Amino acid sequence: MTATRRDTFHVRIARHGLVFRFSRRSTVLTSVLWLCAGGVLALSLGLGEFDLRLADTLRVLGGGGTLIEYDVVVRDRLPRAVTALGVGAAFGVSGAILQRIAANPLVSPDVIGVNAGASFGALFVITVLGGAGASLVLGALAGALLTGAAIVLIALNHGLSGYRLVLVGIGIAAMLSSGTSYLLIQADYRQVLNAASWLTGSLANRGTLHVAVIAGTLAVVVPVLLVLGRHLRVLELGDDLSRALSGGTRRIRLSLITTAVVLAAMATAAAGPIGFVALVAPQITRRLLPGRPVPLGTAAATGALLVIGSDLAARLLFAPTELPVGAVTGVIGAPVLLYLLARANRIGHTG
Amino acid sequence: MVRAASAVLLLVATCVLSLVVGTYPASVSSVLSAVVSPGNGGDVDAIVWHVRIPRTLTGLLAGSALGVAGALMQGLTRNPLAGPGILGINSGASFAVVVAIGLGVTAVNGYLWFAFAGAGVAAVVVYTLGSLGGGGATPVKLALAGAALTAMVGSMTTIVTLLDAATLDEYRFWAIGSLTRAGSDALATVGPFLAAGSLLAVAVGGSLNLLALGEDMARSLGARLVVVRVLSAVAVLLLAGAATVIAGPVGFVGLAVPHIARALTGPDYRWIMPYCVVLGPILLLLADVVGRMLVQPEQLQVGIVTGLAGAPFFLYLVRRRKVAQL
Repeated sequence: MTATRRDTFHVRIARHGLVFRFSRRSTVLTSVLWLCAGGVLALSLGLGEFDLRLADTLRVLGGGGTLIEYDVVVRDRLPRAVTALGVGAAFGVSGAILQRIAANPLVSPDVIGVNAGASFGALFVITVLGGAGASLVLGALAGALLTGAAIVLIALNHGLSGYRLVLVGIGIAAMLSSGTSYLLIQADYRQVLNAASWLTGSLANRGTLHVAVIAGTLAVVVPVLLVLGRHLRVLELGDDLSRALSGGTRRIRLSLITTAVVLAAMATAAAGPIGFVALVAPQITRRLLPGRPVPLGTAAATGALLVIGSDLAARLLFAPTELPVGAVTGVIGAPVLLYLLARANRIGHTG
Repeated sequence: MVRAASAVLLLVATCVLSLVVGTYPASVSSVLSAVVSPGNGGDVDAIVWHVRIPRTLTGLLAGSALGVAGALMQGLTRNPLAGPGILGINSGASFAVVVAIGLGVTAVNGYLWFAFAGAGVAAVVVYTLGSLGGGGATPVKLALAGAALTAMVGSMTTIVTLLDAATLDEYRFWAIGSLTRAGSDALATVGPFLAAGSLLAVAVGGSLNLLALGEDMARSLGARLVVVRVLSAVAVLLLAGAATVIAGPVGFVGLAVPHIARALTGPDYRWIMPYCVVLGPILLLLADVVGRMLVQPEQLQVGIVTGLAGAPFFLYLVRRRKVAQL
């Protein structure tokens, strides 16, 4: 079921002499996934404590509606939903890049310590500095970026091997989660409750700041990935083979890993360390497109759909109590992956 | 040989440290005499026999069990990121303990069977899901099924603790591993499980070397894949399950110790596992001793300190040596 010639089509941008090659199957799948995500977005703008019908939601978005409707839909639910989409896409892409470079389905930014760094930074702000809001975002961002830089620098020894990166990540993550546990034990009970929600990953009370963080990141990263993404086909052959087949892989691998780390760091800063999305989105994608490498765009769509769907479930499941989205991604994502694993087995693929 | 001998010496020294260091000021000689001739009724005697010896034994048993279980799991899934947790042990045990707290079980030994049952159910489910369909429990399927189930059960634990604040307050202390909660009766209870798990681990060591060559090669060299996989999984359940029951979910040991052992001895599992038996307790007990000294007169639980104490050495090994890949 590899991508055959009949499966591909080309888009030429004549003026620049650029040719993009697409696979029909993955293009269709990506579009369907994004459409579903858009549908869930429309649903989640209307559903909640203050229910609106779809037509009313659209009317409010168009500028009509009462003041309270505007407040609920545009100022509360819209930023939340847009953050969910962006964060999900960022985690999905980040996981897909890291998994392809390390050739390991268990690798994700959570495993290699980026999320642990963000958690530690945010928890430090909550418990030691007593901050919230923008300082929380800043703390998480600083934690995640510093951790990412430390991991890459420590792993950088005669080039960056995927295997070493993963092991270094485990070590750093262990140190940071020790620190996190220590802060949690020392903190008083009220702070622990507050932190517990952030540490699971939450989309509650997102505003323009969070939307700006994640949208700005994607606006910068997507063009970079359009250029660098094609090198993944070579990089995923492994450290030795890719070096033999193509020059300059060392620099490209480093840039791609940095991109993945930045994506995860920004996403975590905007929504907290939502677990499992980065691990499962590429794996679900891989099983929906068997026999070919995971396209980054499709992984992004899967991640976005998973996060916004989970957030909707987290808001509605135990209403009026609202769960943080990170508590639900596992419950929703895992069965999908397990089903796909079982189904792949039946039709003769070994996963 | 020198390396192995010095590792064993280091373990002995660590045990002595773990017996001697503590909040109560006791001299080395008084501790040693209390160990050699118990029952003279002094303070030191009571502390050594009721606090420090069970604590040290817990560290020894849990450390070696987690180390070996980690090596088995990495061999089974051929994945450097696999620890005993990938078989669902920690998440299953944690969820069962949350349920136990919710049901009102308060005795520490009351959690014991809940934790073991949770670990067991999770391991069986992971293994079954991972081996559905053709090809059996291949490394990738097993690792992914484990990661998925771990995330799912972990989510369920989070949901329960978030909805019920009292449970969160109780659970957050259980969730950090500690060597102080198991008494001698709990240790005696899990002893047989540990013994059985260790025997199984010894039995499959050679076959794991074959598995490392890939499935086809292993099969053509005469390894019975299904038997080896099932036996390894059972051994992981017995070892890591027992360790989690007496010490709580300690994360880093099962993951890092096999890598340290691999860096010291190379890729032969028949050597990696004995090294894990020695290195696991060294890491756990040293971390525990550091935890006793850092914030006196309070103590830090071992689960907090293992990462801080063990990771720098782990990072050093990973960076300096040519990493022995799986």
